[in-house]
Amino acid sequence: MSTAAILGKKRRLYERPASPQGVWGWLTTVDHKKIGILYGATALLFFLLGGVEALLIRLQLARPEGKLLLGTGPKAADLYNQLFTTHGVTMIFLVVMPLGAAFFNYMLPLMIGARDVAFPRLNAFSYWVFLSGGLFIYSSWFLGGGPDGGWFGYAPLSRPPFAHGHRMEFYALGLQILGIASIVAAANFIVTILNMRAPGMSLMRMPVFVWMTLVVSFLLLFAMPVIAVALFQLSFDSIFGANFFNARGGGDPILWQHLFWLFGHPEVYILVLPAMGIVSEVLPTFARKPLFGYSAVVFSGIAIGFMGWGVWAHHMFAVGLGPVANSAFAISTMFIAVPTGVKIFNWIGTLVKGQLRLKTPMLFSLGFVAMFIIGGLSGVTHATVPHDLQQTDTYYIVAHFHYVLFGGAMFGLFSGLYYWFPKITGRLMNEKLGKVHFWLTFIGFNLTFGPFHTLGLKGMPRRTYVYPAGMGWDFWNMVSTVGAFIIAVSVVVFIANFMRSRNHGEVAGADPWDGRTLEWTISSPPPEHNFDEIPVVRHRDEFWHRKYAHDRQGKLVPIPAGGSVSTEAHAGAPAHAGGHGIHMPSPSYWPLVAALGFPVLAYSAIFRALPLVFVGAVVLLTGLYGWVLEPVAEPSGGGH
Amino acid sequence: LLAACTRDAPQNFLHPVGPIAKKEDALWRIVFPIAAVIFVLVEGALVFAIFKFRERPGGEPAQFHGNTKLEVILTLIPSLLLAGVGVVTVRSLIDLSHKPTGDVLNVRVIAHQWWWEYRYPDDGVIAANELHIPVGRPVYFTLESQDVIHSFWVPKLGGKQDVVPGRQNHLTLIADRPGEYWGQCAEFCGLSHANMRLRVVAQPADQFAAWVSAQNQPAATPGAGLAAEGAKIFATGSWPKGACSGCHTVNGTTAQGQVGPNLTHFASRARFAGYIYDNNPENVAAWLNNPPERKPGSIMPRLGLSQDEINALVAYLESLK
Repeated sequence: MSTAAILGKKRRLYERPASPQGVWGWLTTVDHKKIGILYGATALLFFLLGGVEALLIRLQLARPEGKLLLGTGPKAADLYNQLFTTHGVTMIFLVVMPLGAAFFNYMLPLMIGARDVAFPRLNAFSYWVFLSGGLFIYSSWFLGGGPDGGWFGYAPLSRPPFAHGHRMEFYALGLQILGIASIVAAANFIVTILNMRAPGMSLMRMPVFVWMTLVVSFLLLFAMPVIAVALFQLSFDSIFGANFFNARGGGDPILWQHLFWLFGHPEVYILVLPAMGIVSEVLPTFARKPLFGYSAVVFSGIAIGFMGWGVWAHHMFAVGLGPVANSAFAISTMFIAVPTGVKIFNWIGTLVKGQLRLKTPMLFSLGFVAMFIIGGLSGVTHATVPHDLQQTDTYYIVAHFHYVLFGGAMFGLFSGLYYWFPKITGRLMNEKLGKVHFWLTFIGFNLTFGPFHTLGLKGMPRRTYVYPAGMGWDFWNMVSTVGAFIIAVSVVVFIANFMRSRNHGEVAGADPWDGRTLEWTISSPPPEHNFDEIPVVRHRDEFWHRKYAHDRQGKLVPIPAGGSVSTEAHAGAPAHAGGHGIHMPSPSYWPLVAALGFPVLAYSAIFRALPLVFVGAVVLLTGLYGWVLEPVAEPSGGGH
Repeated sequence: LLAACTRDAPQNFLHPVGPIAKKEDALWRIVFPIAAVIFVLVEGALVFAIFKFRERPGGEPAQFHGNTKLEVILTLIPSLLLAGVGVVTVRSLIDLSHKPTGDVLNVRVIAHQWWWEYRYPDDGVIAANELHIPVGRPVYFTLESQDVIHSFWVPKLGGKQDVVPGRQNHLTLIADRPGEYWGQCAEFCGLSHANMRLRVVAQPADQFAAWVSAQNQPAATPGAGLAAEGAKIFATGSWPKGACSGCHTVNGTTAQGQVGPNLTHFASRARFAGYIYDNNPENVAAWLNNPPERKPGSIMPRLGLSQDEINALVAYLESLK
């Protein structure tokens, strides 16, 4: 108090912002919920960009000798290569990964009964680094063209003298920035899950979504450094004339493939495990019974996480690794299908003898299971190496990974969006529009990507901007393009529903779905401090057990007032009712400042501008200094 | 029927022709039915469960958490199935990895952005994009890349093999029936990846021998007229446009360039420029006028040739039978 009296209203250098509102509130927030919303909103915007790119691709391929993109000459080929590369990079790194991160951020603390993540400022830093990485990659389109070497950037095409201008440098440095965001976030979530669970929530009482977050975080923690090494090598090849991937200089292009896929295959599970976690929450909620085989689902998720490290060379069967390596990776790939199959059986088992309420989140989760079965089965056919030599690099592969990543991951993430939307906004999405969205997506998806199986088996190679007539590919390409526009319509329906329901949807209340986990015990949207009192957990599906007991015949009996919401102060209100006296982390400018250093440094490498290195370093260091030196709490403003 | 399929979808590998491709296809014929049955069973169970257990009035569902016995069984069944598929896969893989012995034709494939060069070391023939092979004789390919990674693929005859700079990969293909088999580069290799196509022409032994001896002849020398004028431009060029001979070889002349395809028997090839254009005077003239526009990114630049020069060159090139 005396210090404040002496300094009066004079601001100190490293003072923390005082509960700012509006834009400043968002820029300085360290609240996991706001950061989750930022992640989600950013990812949905990138989803629209990636979608537009996909539509342009499908327009070009609608007919043989397509001319819809800038004629038939080099401009068409050039634009097409940028589009398919950017589409892949966007959907993987800027849509599916951050949508997963959005739910980790928002839901994880709520589901484990915590008031925030372990390192709130680190969390904000992770988001701003992610955003700056995404914008950095997209800025390439205005600075000489987007990345054009495929999302897996095979060297030496991705390095001089074969790469065009700085395009693949944007790819290498941009992914490097995104990797920093992922590693930081992963460390944060691991610590949060291991240290900040509510009393009584043992590991085997955690919701499956939390388990999958933990597995994904470990995968990120170990996989991102691998791609970081590869990307540094690629950047060094490109910028400093190193020879890591230059065969004539003593390097090896295959080294890139090993490093990339050693990251790339765990990455596949990084993309799909969050969706599997969501589905494992949604199915029990809407079947009104516990997940079938909880431990099997958890352990198969962990098994997938481990086995995912031993299958990378199945992306490289045609490279010429020899029969021994190819046999080993064929076998490991076959067996990673087992834990995946276990999950599918358990999900179906969850439905059996349930009372399935087919609301929109449930539809998307069921769609996930149905589509993932197809993606999984085509995946097993890829493991038959001799026949994979026919399949690989055709549209059959493109079909497979869209069934896994769109039919799988995106369906699961949409399910999560509909499921948790009422928790986040306090309002329900419109059910009728939700169902229209689901069916249009489901039909459009299968029309778009189903034909890819046929096209691939008929020998259509991927990444070709044009194909001749008379190959037997015309009809299914046209069907696919029509399907893509049906998906586009479904997205419009989704956006309309989303925007309208945000402010005008039916008021949800704390627990609109009769949920099972802790996030439904608090009001919607949750108060800033989440829980007035940290809950004590006695069961898996804690909230369900607070609401229902079994009678002598094993039938469910509601417990009176079991579902009451803790923020509605009830008789004998706890000390913290309404959140008074709960200390929450103060906002901070510095995560944003520090994050802005990375794109500046990356531009300095792109433009070989040494002075810019110092600017970037100063920005980064200022951010880190401020971060370390700022006081723990926001200014008291004369005390309270 | 197979011929019909070949014509309808010349790269459809579900209707293979060569014995290698058929061995690969045999695996598909095992795995696909299994996958199809599992697909029907599992999707059937899912759809059945959705309809059977959809919400009905009256009563809450029984709260059970699992069934260990059932879960173990449902883990073992796919494990055993996959182990079986694994054994079949590895056996086929090892079987197909043997280097062919006996009467084998060796062909060196050199991949370029964006065309294929074929060298027959035993016969001294150098060809581009159009690969002639004898029927029934195993062809043992040695694959090398001049620039980036490509992938050599003739679906009707067998699976693809990547062509990687700095290493030599190998591939065996056999055509047991005469015919033309379509193929193209399968690994993304830059601007004209889509335009890097090829054709395998499988011929009976005597026709193949005739082709080899024709290819071994030095180039035709035009006596006089337009073609002779073209030959002169080809060899010496006109300043500052440079000469075709700087990049292309025509055996028996001073043209010994090594950058582009060997053109000694250009007119004997049915198509050109990554095998995307029919080899006729109009297409060749259009090509010479602006190669990078006709095949995006082509290393051959726009030379600024006059119409007269183009006509002369076309006449010369079409004389190189």
